[in-house]
Amino acid sequence: MFDVVARNLYFLMGGFLVTLQLTAFALGGGIILGMLVGLGRISRNAYVYQPVTLYVNFIRNVPLILVIFWFYFVMPIIIGRPLDPFPSAVISFIIFEATYFGEIFRAGYQSISRDLINAAYSTGLTYGQTARFILIPIAFRRMLPSMITQSIVTFQDTSLAFVIGLREFVRRTSIVDNLEVRSIQLFGFVAVVFFIFCFTGSKISRHFEEKGRRANII
Amino acid sequence: MGFAYDFDWGVLWRQPYGTWLLQGIWLTLKIGFLGWIIALFTGIVIGTLRVTPWRWLRFLSAAYTEVFRNVPFLVQLFFWYYAGPMIFGQHLGRLINQIVGLNYYVAIIALGLYTASRVAEHMRAGFASISRDQYQAVLSTGMTHAQMYRHVIIPYALRIIIPPLTTEFLTIFKNSSIAMTIGVAEITFMSYRIDADTYHGLEATTGAMAIYLLLGLTVVKMMNIVETRFKIPGLIGR
Repeated sequence: MFDVVARNLYFLMGGFLVTLQLTAFALGGGIILGMLVGLGRISRNAYVYQPVTLYVNFIRNVPLILVIFWFYFVMPIIIGRPLDPFPSAVISFIIFEATYFGEIFRAGYQSISRDLINAAYSTGLTYGQTARFILIPIAFRRMLPSMITQSIVTFQDTSLAFVIGLREFVRRTSIVDNLEVRSIQLFGFVAVVFFIFCFTGSKISRHFEEKGRRANII
Repeated sequence: MGFAYDFDWGVLWRQPYGTWLLQGIWLTLKIGFLGWIIALFTGIVIGTLRVTPWRWLRFLSAAYTEVFRNVPFLVQLFFWYYAGPMIFGQHLGRLINQIVGLNYYVAIIALGLYTASRVAEHMRAGFASISRDQYQAVLSTGMTHAQMYRHVIIPYALRIIIPPLTTEFLTIFKNSSIAMTIGVAEITFMSYRIDADTYHGLEATTGAMAIYLLLGLTVVKMMNIVETRFKIPGLIGR
């Protein structure tokens, strides 16, 4: 019954590889930019805070698919020639996901109380030591569950690169489906693959959440 | 070349493009609202089943939420659109495929079922925030389990989770844009169509973004009214 999947497995898995690569780039860039966005969102400097907030609120209110299109249309104007779908998708994902990671970082930064910092100082720790041994480990553990969840969302979101013709997992599946017309098996297969990865990820996220709750840090 | 680009914002109102965008807005609104009705109804049912005393119902509803949350919406949409009719067998499947505007109905149902899983999760959180004492107090008045959920717990939980539901309601309009991939002519589809016709996709997509922002603002304003109207007295408000 699933012979159609077996026959095209190589082609499909090549698409899955593209999906994984896209996810890796989107996560790497999104998390790094997100850290800066998070810092900007807690900045007391209005010239930093206002533009960053505008950027975050703007992007979070428009659909990702539209951001992908918009970027795909704007790039040729800036660089003078059409950009390949892959780099174009990577950049739009980084711009989009950074706003979501930024809000996670902001919550993480803000969750650390003044008292905790003062307590650390009072034991004689320097600023660098406080950050290294107290602030960063605690903030990291608090943020970890949401970071994993958002990474899963990013992984799922990459399927939308479909719309600019990137031959990732879903695109390749639909190419095979056009030839073979075996939609139940093919799209069922894609759904199962995504499910396995995302379900495992959500279990890991829940594990860290429970662990944090038991240790009383969340 | 560099910045040699002639902006033509006229594509946002010149005919026929202006009409296309208006039609797109109308379709986005319809899909969003109809999908929301399905999502709210199904989500409340699934969310409630997750906390019932019956183990099998709990398992089924948990499976529903896990499956719908862990598969990308695009894949779900494709599955329902391309594979969905075939589930009913060759003969019936072919009949279903002949329905005019099938993609539109599939988009509404898929969006509704997907969002339902998210609504169900919020429902569960809402139930968890109601203290055990409340449940026991209701049961002690002689109500059955079904009556308890229908008359007390569900209305109570719904009022608690209005803020996260607002977010979901916003998200459903954003997610409706994915329906363009099966050819539903909503806003995003229309902006893409304008690009195909005029090569002015940048202006068209920028216009579409502005429409989504306006839509989002309207929803937030609307839900603020709902929230103040249904606020539970005595709880910490905003």
